[in-house]
Amino acid sequence: MELYAPILVLGLLAAGFAIFSVGIAPFTGPKRWNRAKLDAYECGIEPTRQPVGGGRFPLKYMITAMLFIVFDIEIIFLYPWAVAFDQLGVFGLVEMVLFILTVLVAYTYVWRRKGLDWD
Amino acid sequence: MTSLLAAAPAAEIAQASGGVLGLSWLMIALPLAGAAILLVGGRRTNSFGHLLGTAMSLASFVVAVLAFFELLGRTAEQRRVGVELFDFIPAGQLDVKMGLLIDPLSISFALLITGVGSLIHIYSIGYMSHDPDRRRFFSYLNLFVAAMLLLVLADNYVGLYIGWEGVGLASYLLIGFWQFKPSAAVAAKKAFIVNRVGDFGLAIGIFTLFATFGTVAYGPIFEHADKASTGILTAVGLLLLLGACGKSAQLPLQSWLLDAMEGPTPVSALIHAATMVTAGVYLITRSNPIFDGAPTAQLAVAIVGAATLLAGAIIGCAKDDIKKALAGSTMSQIGYMMLAAGLGPAGYAIAIAHLITHGFFKAGMFLGAGSVMHAMNDDVNMRKYGGLRKVMPITFITFGLGYLAIIGFPGFAGYFTKDLIIEAAFGQEGVRGYLLGGAALLGAAITAFYMSRLMFMTFFGEKRWDKDAHPHESPPVMTWPLILLAIGSVGGGAFLVLGDRFIHFLEPVVGKPENHHGFNPVAPVGLITLVLVAAGVALAWVMYGRRPVPVEAPRGSFLTVFARRDLYGDAINESLLMRPGQWLTRFAVFFDNRGVDGLVNGLAAGVGGTSGRLRRLQTGFARSYALSMFFGAAIVAGALLLVGNL
Amino acid sequence: MSTLLAAPPGTIPAPTIEYTQLAPMMLVFGAAIVGVLVEAFAPRHLRSAVHVPLTLLSLAGAFALTILLAVDGTRNVAAMGAVAVDGPSLFIHGTILVLAFVSVLLFNERLQFVSQAASVPGSTEEEDSLEEGAVQTEVYPLALFAIGGMLLFSAANDLLAMFVGLEVMSLPLYLLCGLARRRRLLSQEAAVKYFLLGAFSSAFFLYGMALIYGFAGSVDLAKINDALGSASGRDTLLYVGAALLGVGLLFKIGAAPFQAWKPDVYQGAPTPITALMASGTLVAAFGAVLRVFWVALGNLDWDWRPVMWGVAILTMVVGAILAITQTDIKRMLAYSSIAHAGFLLTGVIATGGPAQNEEALSGILFYLVAYGFTTVGAFAVVTMVRDAGGEAGHLSRWAGLGKRSPLLAGVFAFFLLAFAGIPLTSGFFGKYAVFAAAVSGGATPLVIVGVVSSAIAAFFYVRVIVLMFFSDPAPDGPTVDVSSMGTAAVVAVAAAATVVLGVLPQPVLDLADAAAHSLFVR
Repeated sequence: MELYAPILVLGLLAAGFAIFSVGIAPFTGPKRWNRAKLDAYECGIEPTRQPVGGGRFPLKYMITAMLFIVFDIEIIFLYPWAVAFDQLGVFGLVEMVLFILTVLVAYTYVWRRKGLDWD
Repeated sequence: MTSLLAAAPAAEIAQASGGVLGLSWLMIALPLAGAAILLVGGRRTNSFGHLLGTAMSLASFVVAVLAFFELLGRTAEQRRVGVELFDFIPAGQLDVKMGLLIDPLSISFALLITGVGSLIHIYSIGYMSHDPDRRRFFSYLNLFVAAMLLLVLADNYVGLYIGWEGVGLASYLLIGFWQFKPSAAVAAKKAFIVNRVGDFGLAIGIFTLFATFGTVAYGPIFEHADKASTGILTAVGLLLLLGACGKSAQLPLQSWLLDAMEGPTPVSALIHAATMVTAGVYLITRSNPIFDGAPTAQLAVAIVGAATLLAGAIIGCAKDDIKKALAGSTMSQIGYMMLAAGLGPAGYAIAIAHLITHGFFKAGMFLGAGSVMHAMNDDVNMRKYGGLRKVMPITFITFGLGYLAIIGFPGFAGYFTKDLIIEAAFGQEGVRGYLLGGAALLGAAITAFYMSRLMFMTFFGEKRWDKDAHPHESPPVMTWPLILLAIGSVGGGAFLVLGDRFIHFLEPVVGKPENHHGFNPVAPVGLITLVLVAAGVALAWVMYGRRPVPVEAPRGSFLTVFARRDLYGDAINESLLMRPGQWLTRFAVFFDNRGVDGLVNGLAAGVGGTSGRLRRLQTGFARSYALSMFFGAAIVAGALLLVGNL
Repeated sequence: MSTLLAAPPGTIPAPTIEYTQLAPMMLVFGAAIVGVLVEAFAPRHLRSAVHVPLTLLSLAGAFALTILLAVDGTRNVAAMGAVAVDGPSLFIHGTILVLAFVSVLLFNERLQFVSQAASVPGSTEEEDSLEEGAVQTEVYPLALFAIGGMLLFSAANDLLAMFVGLEVMSLPLYLLCGLARRRRLLSQEAAVKYFLLGAFSSAFFLYGMALIYGFAGSVDLAKINDALGSASGRDTLLYVGAALLGVGLLFKIGAAPFQAWKPDVYQGAPTPITALMASGTLVAAFGAVLRVFWVALGNLDWDWRPVMWGVAILTMVVGAILAITQTDIKRMLAYSSIAHAGFLLTGVIATGGPAQNEEALSGILFYLVAYGFTTVGAFAVVTMVRDAGGEAGHLSRWAGLGKRSPLLAGVFAFFLLAFAGIPLTSGFFGKYAVFAAAVSGGATPLVIVGVVSSAIAAFFYVRVIVLMFFSDPAPDGPTVDVSSMGTAAVVAVAAAATVVLGVLPQPVLDLADAAAHSLFVR
């Protein structure tokens, strides 16, 4: 149990700080209202009014998301290899090169098909 | 199936080694080839078809005669000769080896079939000369001869059955030969259907034999017949009798024969008088070891014979159609043979002797009737004949000789053979003897009456011809067979019976009759018979000879009507079999429509309905599919847990 | 894992990979990757011209390599226990490759696939792309990926490799299902449904795998089987795990109650893809089913057999009965495929001693070949009967086809009779082999249900035949497009296979016997 006590304490401190910061702001900060203040904070595009059911999203978001997943997974494989590449030797190197090449093929496909161009 | 043949010993049948007997299969093959050539050859054989058919029949006759003499050259013990042909049905336990059995019984039949058959072939050349389908007619005749020979020559029941069905087919084809006549087509169908009933019995009888003895060959079956139980033998005997009744037009399967007269007259003579209809008698005589072991079945044979001989005779009395009168007579005479065959060893030889003489005189009379019809524009109504003796002398004389033979005029063929049957019937013990003998005696008197009636109406009295009738004697090709057959009608009986010649000849097959003592011309029974015959002739002369015969048939008493209507045989068949059959059929159709179809349709509808309902589960919504998968998975897991923890 | 810890620090022993024994699979995957590069770099008008030979050659090459492996006779577990190279897997690989080859022949013959998958149906973009004559040629590499996945799926010797195979097979198929050129909404709906339900079933599989791992401490099929005898007290883990694993696999073969996707997907997918799924996927899935239930759960057969009885009966009955009320030819064939999956399951259930297992396995292998060819042929015929809206799917449109095009209708009728299992067709011997094995395996009641289902199924096959030959064709009925050599060749090959397997089945039966002889390697 003692082992977890510092973590618990850290968690409590973090939560306390978050609650304190958000809670104190309305009382201490200046209150100058304008339109920009109500917008989403530097995240994605400006929200516009959507039709019922959510409407359509440009496919480009999906491509971005998928590319992210592809490279995410690549990292998942690269990380353990990176930790033990010296022990894995030539075999590990070859296999990893093959793996990266495969991902590269997919990447070139996306690139050639203009999946990386926003417009 | 435990065969009674624990260790099948060799049957005491000598095997033919070469010689004519070894070639006796030619008897069947020749007419069969003739039929095949004529049927396959089609119109190209039109010009010589009748000659080829006749030649084949004659050649077959020659083989039969040669075989007969070779048989005569042997001692009595060696007169049963087997001819192995081929392995017909080698199927496990059922191993039918096709072979022929040449013995006194079968060779007698073979001679009758080929001899009379050849004469009728010759006669038909003239009789059918104007028919465009003469070639087809001859091919069917040849087919018949081949099938009939197979029937009598085969050495096993399966061969017999094939021949049996073959003659049935030929009979069907020939009765319906003039297909354009609806009555002929109906008659052919009737003959076929009624015969199916009999064939059914025969087939089951053969199955039973196979089940009991493990074979269908005559030799082993007859050798071991005494080892089978009486019950089995009685069952087999009754089943064979059913078959015999169908083929031989015995009560209660007699109705087809009268209608069968729709066929051309040579057919009536050959198939429906001389040969095919006697197949039943052959079957029972051939199966004598079975019947000897089954007294009940034997008695049934005798009773059927006695009843039919009376029924046929009564029908013969009332018919104005010359061929139907003769057909009634045929029924009646075959009844005599069945009666004799039902008497056991005392009667087998006599039955066959009567069968042979009957073959001659009845064929002769049918051909004579054909000759008369030929002269009278194919009119069969005897009321329109009269006084033909002057214009058709040869026909008259030959027919007259046949007439004397059938009524049993002393010295003629029927006198010897029929009297023997009557005597043998009286020879039975007790009441049975008196009843059977009395029936035979009464039948003889009625026979004399209706045959005399036929003679008087046809050949005597005044002319009652239609205006356009110009009777004339038939051409020689038709009269010569008549003459030859008449010779047989006159002398056949004496030749066979005097000195017990035929009885001794058949002894190797049917055994020696007990307390038989030769033909006695002055036996009391014979004398009584003669008196009754004379009375019958006299009555006929009073009614039809002295008085003029009206052209229109009088209404007659109920007895006449009864006889004219074939003793209501058709009515009985209709009410007992046909109507219930129709009801059954209708019910079956109804049941099929509503019940079976209903079941099937219901099943289909049920499946379809289930399908329709299940289909609703296929909503198209992925969420409901997923839900069904989820529940399915839960059930599978639950079931596996349940099974695993049992 | 234990080996990892036991090894001296500083060296992890390099795993061995038998490249020669994996050559067929690697050839197919390699060709698929090359196909992606072609998509990336080849100009649009050249792509088809490169893809078709590339795809077909790689499949043919893989088939040749499979034959070489089979002749070579080495039977072992390759890639550190991940992939089995044994008689059944080689036979199944050969079957999949041939069926895939034949199915791919259908791809390019006619405009089956969408011009631009991303364009909204009915939009101006779609019209533009149609005018350009564009075709989504990615179908070729996608199909190759799927085929490679089938090879891995059916030969995997541990559950992880099997799962990877399953996903590699399924993900491209989900996509391919949505690429129909006509009735695009239906096609996309099919793709989404297939994806959702497939993902759902993969989840079952994965969960089951986790539970089994919890029970046995290994995902290796042979080790799981070994653990069945020794480990006790964790039976619930085992049973639930086996059930969930089974659900994932039964979903792929379309066994009831996991069959719901099949008609919708078969109907919506482009017909060549349907052909590929109905033949190749089914074969591969049965390979995996056999491996899991016979190798991993072989000692548990007393427990899973009753459950599989229920599944098999339900599958046969549902397939046969629901097919009756179908009005779309492809849906009808989908239900037929469900029923056939049920028949095949009777063979899976017919386990016993080694001899019994060999008989059952041989029967299943033969059945798969026979059914695969017939079903590819049937779908090929479906692609040929067309009217203004594309393929004439509705059964009423097929009325009188026998009068309009007797040869094609005759061949189709022949395929249907083969489905029904009429003698002198391959279907007869397939059913006979499987049912005979099931009877000797003691599953006679199951066989009775199978025969009754066959009878019900025969009803709707014959109904189609009657419709084709005894109805009058509608004046505006569909035309039969026989212009394509490839499709005609597919139909001819399928018909020939159906005849030959129905008249002279012995060589293939011998081959199946030989493949089944040593059963699975462990």
